[in-house]
Amino acid sequence: MYFAWVRERIGKPAEEIEPPAGVVTVADLIGWLSGRSDEYAHAFENPKVIRAAIDRAHVKADALIAGAREIAFFPPMTGG
Amino acid sequence: MSASVRLQREPFDAAAEVAALKRGRTDIGAVVTFTGICRGDENGEPIAALTLEHYPEMAEAEIARQVAAAQARWALLGVRVIHRFGRIEPGADIVLVVTASSHRHDAFAAAEFLMDYLKTRAPFWKEVERASGKSWVGAKDADEALAARWSKPGRDEAAE
Repeated sequence: MYFAWVRERIGKPAEEIEPPAGVVTVADLIGWLSGRSDEYAHAFENPKVIRAAIDRAHVKADALIAGAREIAFFPPMTGG
Repeated sequence: MSASVRLQREPFDAAAEVAALKRGRTDIGAVVTFTGICRGDENGEPIAALTLEHYPEMAEAEIARQVAAAQARWALLGVRVIHRFGRIEPGADIVLVVTASSHRHDAFAAAEFLMDYLKTRAPFWKEVERASGKSWVGAKDADEALAARWSKPGRDEAAE
C-alpha cells in the first residue's frame, strides 16, 4: 500500500506483489520496487525519508518481510 | 479505564466529549482537553484548506497502542482521541485529545505525550490547498524532537 506522495508518484494506492527470493528486508523491497519503473524510482529516490509498516505496525528498513500480509510505504507523518 | 479512539470525517464537539467522559463519575479530579485546529497559513502563505489522507486500519491500531502506552505510564481514568480526515478549512478542528485523571499532572502529561506521538507516528498526511495549487506538508524536525523526549534511554519506543 502506498500513501500521500509515495502513492501519487507510483500512481496507485495498492497492489499485490510477489518479490523474488532474494528480497528479504524492507530495504531490499524498496530497492527491488525502485527497479520496476521510473515512477517507483521517483517515489523511492530518497529511501531515508520513506517510512514503512508491516501488518499495520511501524518497522525499520532492516525488518524482515517474510510472512507479511500487508506492507505500506509512506512519507514521514504529518497528522495531529 | 474508558478509552475511545475515533477517526471521522465529521466535526466533533469537544465539550460533549468531556461531558461523556465525566458522566456519572466522581473519581475524576482533572480533565485536559487539547484541540488541534487548521490554521489559515502554512509557512507564512495563506491556505484555502488542508486535506488529510490516512491509513485507516493502521491509524486506529497505532493510536490505540499510544493510548495503551499512556495508560501504562500515567494514572489515567479516561482517554478520548478523535482525529478527523478529509478536507478541513481554516478555523475548523482537526484533532481532539481528552485525558482524565485524579490529579492534574497525569492528565497534562498524558495529553502532551499523546499529541507528540500522534504528530510523528499516527499515519496521517496533510496536503495543503492554495490558490497556486496543492502540496504535501513536510514533517518538522521539531515534532520529532518533541516526541523523542518521551523515550527513556535504552527503551525502544520509536520503531523508526
